[in-house]
Amino acid sequence: MIEIKNVSKWYGSFQVLKDCSTHVSKGEVVVVCGPSGSGKSTLIKCVNGLEAIQQGEILVNTTKVNDPKTNLPKLRSHVGMVFQHFELFPHLSITDNLCLAQVEVLGRGKEEAREKGLALLDRVGLKAHADKFPGQLSGGQQQRVAIARALAMGPYCMLFDEPTSALDPEMINEVLDVMVELAQEGMTMMVVTHEMGFARKVANRVIFMDQGQIIEDTTKEEFFGSPRSERAQQFLSKILHHCN
Amino acid sequence: MNYNWDWAVFFKSTGIGEEIYLHWFMSGLLWTLALSLCGWLIALLLGSLLGTMRTLPNRWLAGIGSAYVSLFRNVPLLVQLFVWYFLIPDILPESMQTWLKQDLSPEVSGFLIVTLCLGLFTAARVCEQVRTGIEALPRGQRQAAAALGLTTAQTYRRVLLPQAFRIVIPPLTSEFLNIIKNSSVASLVGLMELLAQTKQTGEFTANLFEAFTMATLIYFTVNMGVMFTMSRLERKLRVPGLIALGGK
Amino acid sequence: MEFNSLIDALPALLEGLQVTLKLMVMAVMGGIVIGTMLALFRLSNNRILSLSASVYVGYFRSIPLLLVISWFYFLVPMIIEWMTGKPEPVGPFISSLVAFTMFEAAYYCEILRAGIQSIPKGQVSAAYALGMNYRQTMRLVILPQAFRKMAPLLLQQSIILFQDTALVYAVGLMDFLNTARSRGDITGELPLFLLSAGAVYFVISFTASRVVMHLQKKLAIAQAH
Repeated sequence: MIEIKNVSKWYGSFQVLKDCSTHVSKGEVVVVCGPSGSGKSTLIKCVNGLEAIQQGEILVNTTKVNDPKTNLPKLRSHVGMVFQHFELFPHLSITDNLCLAQVEVLGRGKEEAREKGLALLDRVGLKAHADKFPGQLSGGQQQRVAIARALAMGPYCMLFDEPTSALDPEMINEVLDVMVELAQEGMTMMVVTHEMGFARKVANRVIFMDQGQIIEDTTKEEFFGSPRSERAQQFLSKILHHCN
Repeated sequence: MNYNWDWAVFFKSTGIGEEIYLHWFMSGLLWTLALSLCGWLIALLLGSLLGTMRTLPNRWLAGIGSAYVSLFRNVPLLVQLFVWYFLIPDILPESMQTWLKQDLSPEVSGFLIVTLCLGLFTAARVCEQVRTGIEALPRGQRQAAAALGLTTAQTYRRVLLPQAFRIVIPPLTSEFLNIIKNSSVASLVGLMELLAQTKQTGEFTANLFEAFTMATLIYFTVNMGVMFTMSRLERKLRVPGLIALGGK
Repeated sequence: MEFNSLIDALPALLEGLQVTLKLMVMAVMGGIVIGTMLALFRLSNNRILSLSASVYVGYFRSIPLLLVISWFYFLVPMIIEWMTGKPEPVGPFISSLVAFTMFEAAYYCEILRAGIQSIPKGQVSAAYALGMNYRQTMRLVILPQAFRKMAPLLLQQSIILFQDTALVYAVGLMDFLNTARSRGDITGELPLFLLSAGAVYFVISFTASRVVMHLQKKLAIAQAH
């Protein structure tokens, strides 16, 4: 589903990604973790072309992302993305947030879009808030709306960029619950997160990044059992210590 | 000091038919408003376009926007007016020259020229406000729109501009007040707008104080009216749950 | 185009430019002095002072500069006659200078008021705690900080003032633009003279705003530390 081959990226002379290669198969849940500044957010933003790459190749469903001939808007409309800071559109009501891209990008009718949006809103448990504006919801609620907004496009895979790290602790679980449910239904997911509980529960593979490089790329069992690299061990002990 | 105060001067006959001096002020006000509104229309459309261009990744478009702003902001309005009024008509194609200089009355052609001049001058200011508004939005908004598959044009139309315009209503209000005040330069090329009528009344009646006081009151009232309307508009467009968009 | 006519007119143009610059510099200085006073009045606890200052500012900010220039052209001689008892021709330079000074003072006032208000209250308390009185607190502690903070905006307003001086055309003062225009009329080379004048205004304003931008950046860095 997602193929990342020998990808390198520079900001000026600073290399943020160094020869990264990995893949996400259909129905797979891959968790990407690593210290801040390790390039994990940059990597996930390369998958739908929000960040350009200078070397290598990224394929999503056999479409080459870093090809000038690729219709990026079309590709992105089938790849859902959830952001750290939610990024709901504050001037639009929750319903309009859910409908905007369905109507503008997919060309769905207003009624159809609304029905689809409200059904998904119901699924994330927020149907009662359909007519409110983003600023009137809590962070956790906004992030659940953002997930529903991405799902409304009928994506064949979902990208999550630190979806819980801007949330107050008591709101993290309501978002994680929605994501776990989604994973269990078989959605293909690539998730940048520090939530190791989530990784333990639903991940198939865990990728560990540091200083722009993929250091570990193994199954969940292997990663939590005995990470091979010292950096990953250090990171893991810090994260787990922090959580407890 | 021998000055003859006469506050009833506005109701005296100008000597032309039934006309009283108050009529001069009313007609001047209408010209001022017409100039300002038509100029504002140009300024708002062109300024929004240029302001948007300045935030695009395309270097050429952004460069055109910033060159325009540099040029129109660093040359005095009066110089610009003289160029439009005295120079540009002479380099137009023959047919347009005849139209401008002969087919149209001097009043109308003067009005067109001053409107264009005010519009282009103010567009540079509107451009900067719109650009500031767009740049004040979080970067993630642009990315979120792109991630949903919206094209750049759709992103601007549906996501960025509606938010940016809400932020810049207050500075745009003061630019609109500026164009009303700036329209008084029209009096220097013979258009009988409010200031020109004021001066004329002062000269005809020798009641300068009264004439200038009246003009001040009219400008003041128009100002208040605009500010009131714009704050109503701002309240109407306010998004529930958002106290200050853009954190300003 | 005949560039010789431009060279012939150079002495007159330089004289005009001198008038423009003299008017600007004097109006900036006067405007800042009066503007500072107005700002202090506006922020004072004395209701009458703060009300009259805000009426002053509101008044000048809602009318066109051109109206003020035209009005003061008649008004200033009248006031002088009223004060001294005898008619005294003052000419367009003095009346324009008074008009610009009083008009710009309203704008400088608003900038300085924002500057003073942006200084943390603790600074005032600290100055009082050291035994300073109100005047000393303002003069030695608050105003120096407010001026430094607002320097870019004050300069920007002064660039606008520089461009606005062209409006003295309305009262026939032979400033830079008016000289260029009249020379252009006489020699029949109006396009050349107008465009050259425009270029001079552009170069001066553009350079000055670049300097202001640079200053703004430096100040932002200084404040970040």
